[in-house]
Amino acid sequence: METKHLIYDGTFDGFLSTVFYVFEQRLTSVKIQNKFTAQQGLFSENVTIITEEEKANRVWKGVKLKLSAQGSYQLYYAFLSEISGVEDLLLDYMRYAFGQQHKVDNDYSHPSILKIAQIAKSVGREKHRMEAFVRFRLTKDQIYFGSIEPDFNVLPLIEKHFKRRYADQKWVIYDIKRGYGLFYDLEKVDLMHMDFPEHFDFTKTDDAFFAMQEFEFQKLWQDYFKATNIESRKNMKLHIRHVPKRYWKYLSEKQPN
Amino acid sequence: MSFQRTQEKLKILADAAKYDVSCSSSGSQRANTNKGLGDATGMGICHSYTEDGRCVSLLKILLTNHCIFDCAYCVTRKSNDVKRAAFKVQEVVDLTINFYRRNYIEGLFLSSGIFKSADYTMERLVAVAKKLRTEENFNGYIHLKSIPGASDDLMREAGLYADRLSVNIEIPTKAGLKKLAPDKKREDFIKPMVKVKNEIIQYKAEKKIIKSTPKFAPAGQSTQMIIGASGENDFQIMQTSNHFYKSYNLKRVYYSGYVPISYDNRLPQIGSAVPMLRENRLYQTDWLMRFYGFDVSEILNEQHQHLDLDVDPKLSWALRNLHEFPVDVNTADQRMLARIPGLGMKSVFKIINARRFRRLNWEHLKKIGVALNRAQYFMVCESNQFEKRDLTPEKIKGLILQNSTSKYQKMLSNQLSLFG
Repeated sequence: METKHLIYDGTFDGFLSTVFYVFEQRLTSVKIQNKFTAQQGLFSENVTIITEEEKANRVWKGVKLKLSAQGSYQLYYAFLSEISGVEDLLLDYMRYAFGQQHKVDNDYSHPSILKIAQIAKSVGREKHRMEAFVRFRLTKDQIYFGSIEPDFNVLPLIEKHFKRRYADQKWVIYDIKRGYGLFYDLEKVDLMHMDFPEHFDFTKTDDAFFAMQEFEFQKLWQDYFKATNIESRKNMKLHIRHVPKRYWKYLSEKQPN
Repeated sequence: MSFQRTQEKLKILADAAKYDVSCSSSGSQRANTNKGLGDATGMGICHSYTEDGRCVSLLKILLTNHCIFDCAYCVTRKSNDVKRAAFKVQEVVDLTINFYRRNYIEGLFLSSGIFKSADYTMERLVAVAKKLRTEENFNGYIHLKSIPGASDDLMREAGLYADRLSVNIEIPTKAGLKKLAPDKKREDFIKPMVKVKNEIIQYKAEKKIIKSTPKFAPAGQSTQMIIGASGENDFQIMQTSNHFYKSYNLKRVYYSGYVPISYDNRLPQIGSAVPMLRENRLYQTDWLMRFYGFDVSEILNEQHQHLDLDVDPKLSWALRNLHEFPVDVNTADQRMLARIPGLGMKSVFKIINARRFRRLNWEHLKKIGVALNRAQYFMVCESNQFEKRDLTPEKIKGLILQNSTSKYQKMLSNQLSLFG
C-alpha cells in the first residue's frame, strides 16, 4: 500500500487528532509530518489533518488507560522533543500499546518503547537544565526577565516549577529560538509573544532596559562564582560536561567582565 | 547595603566556605503555601558548576572567618594570616533573597568561624534563618551549621527554621582529632547531632497526631570528613561513616579530599596532590552501602583495609567472590542483580521490568545501558555466548582494564612521562 503523508499543525492536540484519523481510517502505512517542516513527497498522497479537541481528548483518554502515568508523560515529553520522525515513533508505540491486554510501557526490550523512553529522558534533562540555567534579570519596570534557547520545546514543562517558586514576583521566560514566552503577572501564567528591537542582544544587560541594582547583583554573583572555586581541583572537562558551552551565552556567571 | 564593602566581604567569606562540600538542596518538602518566595519541594537543582566541576546550588558562605580555635587543617584557624571579615545579619538576608530571585541559587548554606563562644555564634546563624523565614516569607532551602558546643535551646530553634543541619566531624578518628585540633573534643560534635536527631524523631511522632506541628529540619542532618590529612585508612573511614549513618540517622556523610593549605608539619605539604581518586572510591563505597544493599564489612574489613584505586569497589568485591557468579539476569533477584559489576540501580530496575515481557539477551542489555565491558564476566542471559573459560580474578581484572580507559589514568600511572 502507498504511504500516506499526514500533515498536522504542530500542536500536541493536532498530533493526537492525526492518531485518531489513522485508527479511524485503519491506515497501516503513514508518515506524520508537522506542517512547518513537512517535506512534499513527489508521488505520495498528502492529507491535511484538522485539529479537533474532542478527538484529541479521546485518544489521550485511551493513552491514559493503556499506559501508566509514567508512560503517558514520556509520550508527551518525547513529542516536545520536536525530533524529526518522532511522530512516527510515537504512533508505533501507541499502536503496540493499544494492541496489548496489559500495560506495556515498562517493556524496555521493545525498540520503540526504549527509544521513546530515551528521548523523554533527554527532554526531561533539558527541562531540569532550564530550571537550573534560567537567569532572571530585573528590568526597569520591575519584571524579572530570563531568556533561553533550549534544545527542545520545554517551556510548557517548566511553567509549573517557576510559578510555584516565584509566586511573589513578576517574571518572563522567553524562548528566543521558538519566539514565544511565559509571563507571570502575580496571578496566572500566560503565553506571550514579544517584539524586540532589531539586532537586540539578549546576552547584554543594557541600562536602557535593566534596573541599576541588576548590575551590582550580577557582579556579586560573578565574584561569588569565582571565589567558591578550588583552583587545585580544577577540572574543566567535568565543568563543561555539567554546563555545556551552548548554555554559557545566557549564564550571568559566564559573562566576560 | 554598601556595594563595595559587601563585595569584599563576599569574596573573603565565600572563599573561606568553599572547603565544605555539602551542596545538597533536596529532600525538604517545604512548599510555597503563603504566596511567598521560593519552594523547596522538588528535587535539588544545581544552578551552576565551578571550574573544578562541583555543583553550585546554595549560596555557601561563612558569617565570619574570625575564629577562636586553631585547628591545623582549617584555613580560618586563629594562627593563619588571612584577611578577616564578618557579615551583618541583614547583609546575608539581602544577598540570599536577591540571588534567589534571579534563579542563581536554591537557598543558603551558612557556616561560621567561632567568635566569642559557641552560643554567641549559633545565635547569629539562627537570627539569619529566622529573618528569612518570618520577615521575607522565604521558603527556599536553608542549611545551617550546628556549632559544636551550642546549647540545646538554640539547636531546637535552628531546626525550626533550617531544612538541614550539619556538624562536620572533619577528622575520622579520635586520635587524629587530638593531634590536629587539640582544643576540640569529639563529644562536642556529637552533642548537637544527638539533640537534632532526637528532636527530628519527636517532631515526626507529634506530626502524626497533630497535623499543624511545624517541620523540624525536614532534610535531616549531614556531616563531613577530611580524607588524607591524618593518616586514616579506608577501613577506619568507612567504619566511622557507617557508625554515623546508623547511630545518628544521618542523611549524608561527605568525604572531602584534603586540599593542602598550610605548612604545618603534621599535614601534607602545600603542593601535594588532592586525593581525588581515593575520595571517588569512598563515595562509591558509600553508595554501595546506602543503595546497593552491601554491608560495609563486605567491602572493607580487617583483611582488606584499603580500596583498590584501579578498579571500583563493586568490581573489586566481585573479583574476591567469584563463587557468587555468574548471575542469570533473567531469574536473579534484585539483590544479586545489584551486585553485578557494571550494573547500576537504574539498569537493575529496567531489567526487572523488561524481563517480564521476554527473556533478555546481550543486545537488549546493551541497549538498556549495561556496561557490558565489566558485566560480561559475571552474568549469563538468553544466549549461548557467555564467558566459558575458567578465568582467575587477576585475569578478569586484566581483561577489563585492557579494554577500558579510566578518567583517572594520569593519576594511576606511576611512570614518569618524560615528554608529556
